Amino acid sequence: MLDEAVIQRTLGAALRTGGEWAEIFVEDKRSSSAVLDDGKVEELTSGRDRGAGIRVVVGETTGFAHTADLSEDGLRTAAEAAAAAARGGSGGTRVADLSRHTAPRPNEVGVAPEDVAKATKVELLTRADRVARDQGSAITQVMARYGDSRRKILIANSDGLLTGDDQVKTLFSVSCVAFGDTGMQTGRESVGHTIGFELFDQYDVEDLARRAAERALTKLHAKPAPSGTLPVVIGKGGGGVLFHEACGHGLEADLVGKSASAFKGKVGEQVASPLITLVDDGTIAGEWGCFAVDDEGRPAQRNTLIEDGVLTDYMWDHLRARKEGRESSGNGRRQSYQHLPMVRMTNTVITNGDTDPDDIVAGTDKGVYVAQLGGGQVNTATGDFVFGMTEAYLIEGGRITDPIREGNLIGNGPEVLTRIDALGNDFAMGSPGMCGKDGQGVPVGDGVPTLRVTALTVGGTAA
Amino acid sequence: MSELLEVGDRVVARARPGEQVEALVLRSSDTEVRVYEGEIESFSSAQSHGVGVRVVVDGRQGFAYAGTLDDDVLAETVAEARDNAAFGEPDEFNGLAEPDGVPVAELDLYRDGLLAVPTDDKIALAQELERAVKGADARITGVESAEYVDSVGDAAVVTSTGVRTSGRESACYVAAYVLAEEDGDTQTGFGFSVGREPADLDVARAAADAAERATRLLGATKPSGGRVAVVLDPYVTAQFLAILGATLSGDAVLKGRSLFADRLGETVGSDRLTLVDDPTDARAFTAGQTDGEGLATRRNVLVEGGTLRRFVHNTYTGRRSGAASTGSAIRSGFKSTPGAGCQALSLLPGDRTQAELIADVGDGILVQSVSGLHSGVNPVSGDFSTGAEGLRISGGAVGEPLREFTIASTIQKMLADVVAVGSDLEWLPMSAAGVSLVIGDVTISGA
Repeated sequence: MLDEAVIQRTLGAALRTGGEWAEIFVEDKRSSSAVLDDGKVEELTSGRDRGAGIRVVVGETTGFAHTADLSEDGLRTAAEAAAAAARGGSGGTRVADLSRHTAPRPNEVGVAPEDVAKATKVELLTRADRVARDQGSAITQVMARYGDSRRKILIANSDGLLTGDDQVKTLFSVSCVAFGDTGMQTGRESVGHTIGFELFDQYDVEDLARRAAERALTKLHAKPAPSGTLPVVIGKGGGGVLFHEACGHGLEADLVGKSASAFKGKVGEQVASPLITLVDDGTIAGEWGCFAVDDEGRPAQRNTLIEDGVLTDYMWDHLRARKEGRESSGNGRRQSYQHLPMVRMTNTVITNGDTDPDDIVAGTDKGVYVAQLGGGQVNTATGDFVFGMTEAYLIEGGRITDPIREGNLIGNGPEVLTRIDALGNDFAMGSPGMCGKDGQGVPVGDGVPTLRVTALTVGGTAA
Repeated sequence: MSELLEVGDRVVARARPGEQVEALVLRSSDTEVRVYEGEIESFSSAQSHGVGVRVVVDGRQGFAYAGTLDDDVLAETVAEARDNAAFGEPDEFNGLAEPDGVPVAELDLYRDGLLAVPTDDKIALAQELERAVKGADARITGVESAEYVDSVGDAAVVTSTGVRTSGRESACYVAAYVLAEEDGDTQTGFGFSVGREPADLDVARAAADAAERATRLLGATKPSGGRVAVVLDPYVTAQFLAILGATLSGDAVLKGRSLFADRLGETVGSDRLTLVDDPTDARAFTAGQTDGEGLATRRNVLVEGGTLRRFVHNTYTGRRSGAASTGSAIRSGFKSTPGAGCQALSLLPGDRTQAELIADVGDGILVQSVSGLHSGVNPVSGDFSTGAEGLRISGGAVGEPLREFTIASTIQKMLADVVAVGSDLEWLPMSAAGVSLVIGDVTISGA
C-alpha cells in the first residue's frame, strides 16, 4: 500500500520531536451495500475510505493525527501534527529497520465481493422479500439488506514491525413487520462472516427470510412479559451478548487500569460458577470478529479469560501491555484510520458444558426462555447491565409455552456469573454484532450453549 | 466554504441529460484532548472531508461516497453512483429537492473564536475539569476520563435541480466520567458542558454534575416491584422524546413502521403534550439552517395538546404522501442517503418546577437515568422497557437512592399517562431538549 522507504521516513518524522514510539496505520476500505424496503430495491451504495493514522507515544501521552492524503508530504504533515501533540520526550529513539511479518489468515476468501455482479447481490434481496411475504398476509413490511466490505490495512511501527491484513466481510439481514389485533411486531434475522460471497453457499437467504417472518408472526400472539426476578434460560447462540456485556467489557485492560471495572484485582479468584469458561478468540475461522492481525499488527490470539469460574487474565492492547511490561493479547482494535486503537473484544464465547439443553428447560418450573437477545449495555465500574429480549417465551412446568413481548433483562455482571447453575452441550455462535465503545464501532462475534441463570430481573408489565 | 460549493458544482456538472445529481460535501476540523491524572493521555487533531453523491435517472436512485475530494475520485464516485442507479427499482416519487421558497433562517452557529484558542488552553480546560471533579466530593475516587473536544464543520449541498446551500458551525464541549466509592459500593457519573466556543463552557457545572450523578446513587438498593408514578429527569425525557420522534418520521409512516401511521388528527396523548421540532431554534445543540437536502429548516408542530398534527418529511416522503418536504431530511454524515427525521425536539414546558412536581406526585420514583433504550424499546410495536436508576419519592419529597430496576409500559400508554410537563426546559447535546415529565402509571420490576 505504501513504499517501505516512505514508511521509514514518516516514522522518523514522527519521532523527531522526542517521541519514544511511533506507529503508522494505513487503511483502504471499499464497501458496497444494497437495501430493499417496502417491496422494492431502494438503492445501491458504494463507498471508499482511504487514509492513514499516525500515533506518537511519549511517556503516558499519545499524540494522534490522521489524513486522507497518502502522499509522502501528506503523511509527513500528519506525522508532525501527531509529534507536536506528544511533546517533551527525552528523544533518542530511532526507527528500527522494518521487517515484514505475515500472520496466518484465519481463513481464505472464496469469492471476493468485487467479483460478484451487482445484479446477483440484488437478486438475493428480492428472493428474501418474496419468501418473507409468502409466510402470511399478516407480514406487512419487509426490509432486506446486503453488505460487503474489503478492508486492507498496513501497520508499521518504530520497533521495526511491518505487517498487514486483508479483511473481507459479508453480511445479510432481513427485518419483517407483522400486523395483527395486538398491533405491530417485528422479527429480524442476520448472518455475517469474515468471508466473501461464499456466505450464500452456507446460508440460504430464503431460510433467513422465513425465520425473520415467523419471529414477527409468533410475537403477534405474545403476552406481556412478566415483571420481576425469575430463572432465565438463555438459548444457544443468541445469548452470547449476555457475557459480552456482563463480563467481557469489564475484562478490558484499559478499563481495569482506570479502576472502572468490577473485575479489577480479581485475577486468580473464583468470579463465576465453576461451569463457566470464557474465551475471547480472534482466530475462529470466518467468524465476524476474526482477523489475521489486530489494528496494531499483533496476530490474533485465543485468550482464556475465565477458566472453570476462575479469572485468569484480562484483554490487552499495545499501550496497556507496554505499561505492564507484558505482551498485547491481540485485542487492539479501531473503527478506522481516523480512530485511536483501544482494547476490544473479538469473538467472545462460553465453551460447552455437558447437560442436554432439553433437560435444562425441563428442570425449570417457572421462568423465561430467551431464544434471541437484542443489544445490551453495561456500566463496567458497577457491573450493572441491561439487554433486550427480541424473542422470548414463558417456561411453565418445565415446558416452553407462550411467546412474550419485548423487554429488557437487567442484572449485575459479577452476580450473574455466579448464578449460572446449568450449562448445555449445544454451543453455537450467535448473530454478527457491532460493539460500541467510546464512540467507536467494531465487528464482534459471540456464542454460548444453552444455559440457565437462577435469577434475573425481567422488565415486563405483567404482575 | 465557497470551496465546498465549488466541489459540489464540479460534481453536479457531470450530470448527463435526463439525470439529476446531488452532491453533499462535508469538511471538518477536530481536536480532542484527554487527560488522566493531570497528564495528557491523548491529543488528536484531524482534518477530514468527504462527498456523498446521489444520482436519479428514470426514477431510479443510486448512491456512492468517498472520504476524499480529489478530482479523480470525484469522477469515480459519480460514475459509481450512476452505475448503482441502474439497479434501483423505478419509483415515481424518487427525485432530488427543488428550491421551495422557504427562506433560510440566519442562525448564530459559528464563532471564529474557536479557531483562535491556543492548544495549551484547550489542554488546560480538560485538566481544570479533572481537578474540579476530584475536589468536588471526598467520595470521588477516580476520573476515568476528562476531555475537551471541539469541531468546526462545513457542509454544502448542490443539486442539478437548483439547490445550492452551505453552512458552517462550531461546537466544543468538556466532559468527565467519574467514579465514586463509599463503604465498598462503587457508582459512576458523567457531567458535561457544551458551547459554540470555549468561552461558553462552564467547567464548574460539568464537574458538579459529574460528582452529583456519581455520588447520589451510593448505597442505592433495589426497589420492590409494582405500579407507580414516575417523574422523569430532563435528561431522561430527552432520550424518550428522541424515540418518540422516530415514530413520527414520514419514512416510518409510509413504510408501515409507525404506530401512529393512520392517526393524524387523532388524540395520541394527554392534553398536556405539545411536541415541536424546531431546528431553527439556535439554542438547540442540533440546530441547523438547512436540512440534509439543502432546504431551509423550519418549525414543525407535531403534537398539539395531545392531538397528532404532522409527520416530518424529506423530499421523497413528502411527495409520496401527497404533502411536501418539511425540511426534515436528516443525514448521518456523507456516507448515506437522507432519511426523514426530527432534528430538534422539545415539549412545550409547563409552569411547575421539578420540586413542585415531586410534591404533587407524593409517592413514586424520580428516574434520573435509564439504560438499554436501544435494546428494550421497540418503536414499531411501542413496547417500552428500560433499566433505570433514581430516587424514591415519598411524602412529596425525594428519599433514598434506587438502582437495578426496570420501568415498563408502552409508548402509547406513556403518552396517555402524562400528568404534567415541568417548567425546567433545558437544551442538551442530543436531538431533543430535556424537561421534567410526570407519567402517572408505569410498571416497576425490582427485587
